[in-house]
Amino acid sequence: MNSEPEIRGQGSEISRPSGGENGRGSRIFLKPFLGLFLRDLRVLGRELAPFILRVGMQPLLFLFVFTFILPRMGSGNPMAVGGAVDFGTILLPGLMAVAIMFSGIAAVALPLSSEFGITREIDDRVMCPLPLWAVALEKVCFSALQSIMGALLVIPMAYYIPAHPVVAHVHNWFLLALVLVLASLLAGSLGLVIGSRVAPKHIGLVFSIIVVPITFLGCVYYPWAQLDKIRWLQFAVLFNPIVYMSEGLRASVTPGVAHMPWWAILVALVFFTAALGRWGLKGFVGRVLS
Amino acid sequence: MTCLIVEIENLTKIYESKLRVVALDGIDLELKQGEIFGLLGPNGAGKTTTISIATTRSLPTSGRVHIAGIDVVEHPAHARRHIGVVPQFNTLDRSLTVYENLYFHCRYFGFGHGQAKARSLELLDQFMLTERKKMYPGQLSGGLAQRVQIARAIAHRPTVLFLDEPSAGLDPQSRMAMWAAVTELRKEGITVLLTTHYMEEADQLSDRLAIIDYGRVLALGPPQMLKNSFGARTIFDLKLKIHEGLEPVVAGLKARPDVASVEITPDGLRVIARNTDGVLPDIVVAAVRFGLRDLTITEPSLETVFIQLTGRDLRE
Repeated sequence: MNSEPEIRGQGSEISRPSGGENGRGSRIFLKPFLGLFLRDLRVLGRELAPFILRVGMQPLLFLFVFTFILPRMGSGNPMAVGGAVDFGTILLPGLMAVAIMFSGIAAVALPLSSEFGITREIDDRVMCPLPLWAVALEKVCFSALQSIMGALLVIPMAYYIPAHPVVAHVHNWFLLALVLVLASLLAGSLGLVIGSRVAPKHIGLVFSIIVVPITFLGCVYYPWAQLDKIRWLQFAVLFNPIVYMSEGLRASVTPGVAHMPWWAILVALVFFTAALGRWGLKGFVGRVLS
Repeated sequence: MTCLIVEIENLTKIYESKLRVVALDGIDLELKQGEIFGLLGPNGAGKTTTISIATTRSLPTSGRVHIAGIDVVEHPAHARRHIGVVPQFNTLDRSLTVYENLYFHCRYFGFGHGQAKARSLELLDQFMLTERKKMYPGQLSGGLAQRVQIARAIAHRPTVLFLDEPSAGLDPQSRMAMWAAVTELRKEGITVLLTTHYMEEADQLSDRLAIIDYGRVLALGPPQMLKNSFGARTIFDLKLKIHEGLEPVVAGLKARPDVASVEITPDGLRVIARNTDGVLPDIVVAAVRFGLRDLTITEPSLETVFIQLTGRDLRE
């Protein structure tokens, strides 16, 4: 069925739309989408140093304190879990997950919050010849790029800082790539939910009551399998998307440490990305349209 | 042949919340190619709501808007190709320079690198912004920022440009510069719809204008025609100390052929005269007995048209 609108004007510059808003004719949306992406790249390129500092500081300090200072204090590592495995090895995938999540929130939630609020910069962005969901999707995709950069940044730190070497071994690069991309999209989607559904004045509160708890209870500093001694918690954290980011990276970067089965991780990552993405996109469109 | 660029049919917008607000109550407008069309009305009349719907930022309760033949509700992304917007507030991208604001706007509209660069440089030149191309929006004055916003809005060569209260917050000099920039757009054949609550602005810039209030179009036509049909009259507003016993004065003044109407207002009396010769002394003489404190004379203008149509001042 052809739902193209009737063209009533006669001006030579009036072009006939090549398709509907959804799906068909989506090629003409590619260039505007690319334009938005290039803009974000330009801004990131200009602020690369602050970006690296923002993303790298937390894993840097974490590794320094827990895998460099504490082991040298001689009293043993208070946070070592499971004895045989070094804490640095447990921490590497967890810190990559944290870098991914914080990048996602910093790249989507914080800018959106100010663009919807004080600066109103969003007003111009949403006047692009793109469906509104695509404008939001671009934000998520660009944030995913930053998340991946953030996660990769942790690897050299984990190589150089710890007193005892981290035992990392990637046996399945495809799984690593898939987990990195899915986890980054998930973080961007979470950022979109926070940025579009939370009032700007409450953003700080959201960090304290949502972001910090899901990080600490996100199997970042301990593997999920080790929670078997606290069964209720092991079950409860299954509702936390960060768990699957940490476990997915654990499965692909440090497979020697006990981790969830890869298929369960992938299913959960896809599920949470889809659910949060959908909720965030709806929030974004609702916020733009009055 | 003149073709219609903007067609607004029976547009309504009702906000259903605790308080039901009818923002638009059946607006019909048609803009022809190349004309500058003014939407004049007080704050809350429905001007910004009309623009929001026409620019795909708000959904109507009922009615339709076509931009260059495209239904803005059915195909918002396609319609946006034809739309340029200068909003009431500074929405320039603060992370980008003036040049980059223009360049990336072009990229958003599908221009390649070379085209976007050429168009941006051309606009910087046209709007006398070349020297400031490396500045960030935060470093610009209100007038300059507004110029960049207009340049950006027309960068993708839209069919119609929407200017929402373009002179709000501008100093008189910047306002004149903005008027000049808008008038220049006429050469490019762009159709312009501007909203304003400044009479002079509507009068100076518009080829045609619609006066709206309470979400309805009260009058529509070229400014001169509106003034001739509704407003070739002078309004005398009298503030009186004594408000009792005015009826004989009203009747006496009404009987004069050069007086169109007389009404009692909360402050005193409003006389609408067809011409001023000889009326003023008689009004003053009649009013002195009632403790005349102040007299305001409004010469024939869009303001008098507005007062005639709505019974109230635009700035009230």
